[in-house]
Amino acid sequence: MKAERVGLLLASFAAILWAAPFAWMAVASVRPGVAGASDIASLWPSGPYSLANFRDAWDSGQFPLWYLNTALLCAGIFAVQAVTVSLAGYAFARVNFRGRETVFVLFLLQLLLPPAVLVVPNLNMITKTGLFDSLAGIGAPYCASAFGVFLMRQTFRSIPRDFEEAARMDGASRLAIIRDVLIPLARPGLAAFAVVSVSSHWNEFLWPLMAVSSPRNQVLTVGLASFTLSSESGGEWGVIAAGTALVAAPLLIGFAIFQRRFVANLVSTGLK
Amino acid sequence: MTAWLLLAPSLLFLAAFTYWPVIGVTLRSFTQQRYGQQASWGFDNFRRLAADAHFGHVLTNSVLYAVGTIIPSLALALGFAMALRRPGRLATVLRTVLVMPQLIPLVAAAALFVFVFLPGEGLLDHYLAYFGRHATNWLGSPDLALWAIIAITIWKNTGYYMLFFLAGLAGIPDELIEAARVDGAHGWRRFVDVILPLLGPTFGFVTVIAMVNTLIQIDHIIVMTGGGPSDRTNMILYYIYQQAEQNQDTGLAAAATVLCVGGLLLLSVLSLRALERGIHYES
Repeated sequence: MKAERVGLLLASFAAILWAAPFAWMAVASVRPGVAGASDIASLWPSGPYSLANFRDAWDSGQFPLWYLNTALLCAGIFAVQAVTVSLAGYAFARVNFRGRETVFVLFLLQLLLPPAVLVVPNLNMITKTGLFDSLAGIGAPYCASAFGVFLMRQTFRSIPRDFEEAARMDGASRLAIIRDVLIPLARPGLAAFAVVSVSSHWNEFLWPLMAVSSPRNQVLTVGLASFTLSSESGGEWGVIAAGTALVAAPLLIGFAIFQRRFVANLVSTGLK
Repeated sequence: MTAWLLLAPSLLFLAAFTYWPVIGVTLRSFTQQRYGQQASWGFDNFRRLAADAHFGHVLTNSVLYAVGTIIPSLALALGFAMALRRPGRLATVLRTVLVMPQLIPLVAAAALFVFVFLPGEGLLDHYLAYFGRHATNWLGSPDLALWAIIAITIWKNTGYYMLFFLAGLAGIPDELIEAARVDGAHGWRRFVDVILPLLGPTFGFVTVIAMVNTLIQIDHIIVMTGGGPSDRTNMILYYIYQQAEQNQDTGLAAAATVLCVGGLLLLSVLSLRALERGIHYES
């Protein structure tokens, strides 16, 4: 197959271009004191190597605080979402009620209007509710997730009804059935949603930038942006590379570990 | 009754952060405050928006940015998916590399590309110098800045779109392609007549995601260009952000948001229609 070979060759060239910024990040981050050197753009590793850039980035930024805030934010959003999307997903999958189609369309609306578009009114809302400048304020607009509801609806539908019937015979309440029977069976769906939810909130910038004013509530992306702007003027490219690596590393490492599931989940983001 | 209790937590948050904001921002956009008068209803904010030369630039830029990112990244994503659809060690590595940009924050990508586009010493100029090109002020030049921003967005998103095309291609039964081969359809014809039509729904879906992305992905613009030089990289969401945060002009920000929401709903309806047609075509 000649065409296939050519395709792989072209894709390889593209992948080299695609990887170049990452390669530079890796090389520059371990080369200390390259500021002002003529070969700071070199992708060819040449020593001496040290972790000084990482130390400088760590000391000049507030990485421990940013990591903590970002982790709390992502965990908090997902914890609330897990409850809201499971309950609503169950209602759409298993309960017949008047107006189901209408409510479903109302949920659909959130898919069409990503919170990023509504930053101005949402800022107004968290200010009024006293959530401005808090992690809860950053997370609040994401506590309901139409995407998560759709995903859980599909997951619940794929579970045979027999399990619930058996539990109902034993006299279990609806909430107990959801909690003890359906959720454990729906774990793959929730896991898929967790990957999508955590990675998107880990990476978000504009809304956390607007929703928070004091440094102690900053998340990684907002921290990295101010850190980059201040290091840029000093031409400290090695330190910027190290700081960027610190922000990007957790998801890249997670991707390396869970690669297959990650790819499947990213795709299912929309296909479900 | 039970159903509504189950839906209540979601509906509460949707009401607070989707429905009411849409209503509230619409009311706000039609509320005008003239000097020395009481607030009243009217089109002042929209009139001011139309009269703002910046907003004219913003609309032009947004269209250029959308067309300039969506067409190349979808074409590349489809090309990559075709080249890498068969399993294999090399294909797996290449897929991973192409998806990596999707996994890092756009702000982190911006931090890297500030250096890539650094005039003279940066990654791009360093290697272009081998081809005899002199230092270029990529981000500072009114003619180049938007293209530099577009390049970053393409780099960031193409691998993600590739995943959808890979999934779409995996859904095409081998027998169909085999049948076309038996009928004597050669590579390109097979691609155009058999594979592309079957990818119709995938195309519709990816196009919607890509359109929403061009609207909301402005993090690199905030970090790298601040909408400049001379407004050349100013986008609609950046404009909204500027009016709300820097100019404290909530009326103008609300009017721009309403146009944005309206545009999104219209685009979604249109592309859903197209998507439905794609599905009909398939069956």
